[in-house]
Amino acid sequence: MTTTFQQLKKAARHAAADLPAIKVALLGDTATQLLATAISGTLAMRGYRAELYEADYNQIEMQMLNPDSEYHASGARYTVVFQSTHRLLGLYNSLDRAAQERLADDRMAQIEALAAACDGKMIYLDYPETADNVFGSFGTRVRHSFVYQLRRLNYLLGEFAATHPDFYICDIADVQNRIGRSAMFDANIYNSTEMVLSLGSLPYVAARIADIITALQGRARKCVILDLDNTLWGGVVGDDGWQGIQIGIGMGIGKAFSEFQAWLRQLKNRGIILAVCSKNNEATAKEPFEKNPEMVLSLDDIAMFVANWDNKADNIRHIQQTLNIGFDSMVFIDDNPFERNIVRENIDGITVPEMPEDPADWLEFLYGLNLFEAAAYSEADSDRTRQYQVEARRSADHRRFADEDQYLQSLDMRAGVAGFDDFNTPRVAQLSQRSNQWNLRTVRYDEADIHRIAADGLHACFAFTLADKYGDNGLISVVILDKNDERRRLFVDTWFMSCRVLKRGMEQFVLNTVVDYARANGYREIEGEYIATPKNSLVADLYPSLGFEPAPGREGRYILDVDRYEPLKTHITINKH
Amino acid sequence: MDNDKILAKLQEIYRDVLDNEDIVLTTATTANDIEEWDSLANVQLVVEIEGEFGIRFTSAEIPSWKNVGDMIACIQGKL
Repeated sequence: MTTTFQQLKKAARHAAADLPAIKVALLGDTATQLLATAISGTLAMRGYRAELYEADYNQIEMQMLNPDSEYHASGARYTVVFQSTHRLLGLYNSLDRAAQERLADDRMAQIEALAAACDGKMIYLDYPETADNVFGSFGTRVRHSFVYQLRRLNYLLGEFAATHPDFYICDIADVQNRIGRSAMFDANIYNSTEMVLSLGSLPYVAARIADIITALQGRARKCVILDLDNTLWGGVVGDDGWQGIQIGIGMGIGKAFSEFQAWLRQLKNRGIILAVCSKNNEATAKEPFEKNPEMVLSLDDIAMFVANWDNKADNIRHIQQTLNIGFDSMVFIDDNPFERNIVRENIDGITVPEMPEDPADWLEFLYGLNLFEAAAYSEADSDRTRQYQVEARRSADHRRFADEDQYLQSLDMRAGVAGFDDFNTPRVAQLSQRSNQWNLRTVRYDEADIHRIAADGLHACFAFTLADKYGDNGLISVVILDKNDERRRLFVDTWFMSCRVLKRGMEQFVLNTVVDYARANGYREIEGEYIATPKNSLVADLYPSLGFEPAPGREGRYILDVDRYEPLKTHITINKH
Repeated sequence: MDNDKILAKLQEIYRDVLDNEDIVLTTATTANDIEEWDSLANVQLVVEIEGEFGIRFTSAEIPSWKNVGDMIACIQGKL
């Protein structure tokens, strides 16, 4: 990263007024004004205008625990809390031995109280280490030593976050590991200003905070597109042959590529889609995957394999259309600066890391970029690659049918309908964060919201799954209805669908289900709303196309008369079990 | 490096950090003379000056300058 604080300051000052606003609160126990500027500047560079509330110095508890405070009035959606290692050490030094032994537990109790009082999401900066070495390394086994308590505290933070979905740790301890303690902290500046983060470290820290915020805003990266020759292995397979490429121990710098592939495989296991885009003959390009035993990645790990002699920008557009995800969720990795520039200049929004010249440097470089901040994680994510592979097979079969109805009939589609339960809630929340294109109102809900909505009695909730002869797509659509019993009307607060199941008649099936529910419960009308975003034009005309009438005088609103509704045609049957 | 050269470099840094191309520094200039020169901007100025000249100020030196002339003398002593 080459962004300087000065650039962030300018970006913050000149943030365009028409950027989407995000309300952020920043509370710290040291001077945080420059961190506030760095956060605003970083968000501006990523296309958001931060409306930042900054608490006065050292007012974390006073602001967060008092319900009438300025903090609570600020309406912050993200609350960044920065309690420094320095202040913690100061506190530790003032305690007796028994209290020193409780330092981490007592601090956690305080943090839990803050989390309980927090509005929206809490982003808590963890503790970069500074060992006072009063005991030397021996301190790591002495319960009341500072280093023992500090490490225990960082560990306890993770334990707490694991069970509190609105609590996010921003791992600035990792930032310090990367840039070094001496780059993280300027003692002379600290002494004259109470700033514990050096000016040079602020862009890194702000980037890690913004990574979490933008991921929660639905801007997570989902896909890596990979070149092959001199990117996934050393050498050129067309010249060197599948036996001669550098991969594995003993073949040139093969170890670097093996370790790079191992990392990519971990990303794939987490749910990041891997695609290949290479200038090669397809058969030649696949040979290493099929025949070279040193390869870590197999063809099963690759959701889409594009090897031809066309322009890479065109190929990436083709990958984008097939996978149906935004360019801004893609990362392109290629050793060749020329290809990188073509892609960067022709594809708006794609991330193209400027790879170091030596492949041995790639992994640490990529670790430091933190490209894949996750807003949530569920086990179903790890299945995503298989789902996209199935989709590719399905679309190949599709071409064999002249008639759309015959094709849909041949799929043998079965839908599951459920309310929100413990099993599907994390998945519902996650799809809520990620769905951009097929999303009518783009209201984002997290796990805690979903729990609340499912339990409050004011909503009717539907989670739809879809299976067909190729396999199970898992959760693919969600509907949340606001019940207006007085007017006997249901308002579609939320309706989004995974783009994997476009053009299968799923929206018709969903609407039939919703109308059945309305009839069974005495509702006469269903009201829908379309709120336009830069990404959801796909569903701009959804309601009229399903038979809704525009609501007179209310822009973007549509009404369906339940009594006059005829079930829509669909080839999906309900899966009862 | 003579003091005029240091002054010229400082002026460049001040203009960049404070985002104001009209700033003209003299040895007599104080924080009161430049609106943008507040305590926060001062942190940035100190760090930029350290980087530019490859020096490091002590924590006692940073608050001791009464004007730009003091700062130049301090820098000169470290070159």
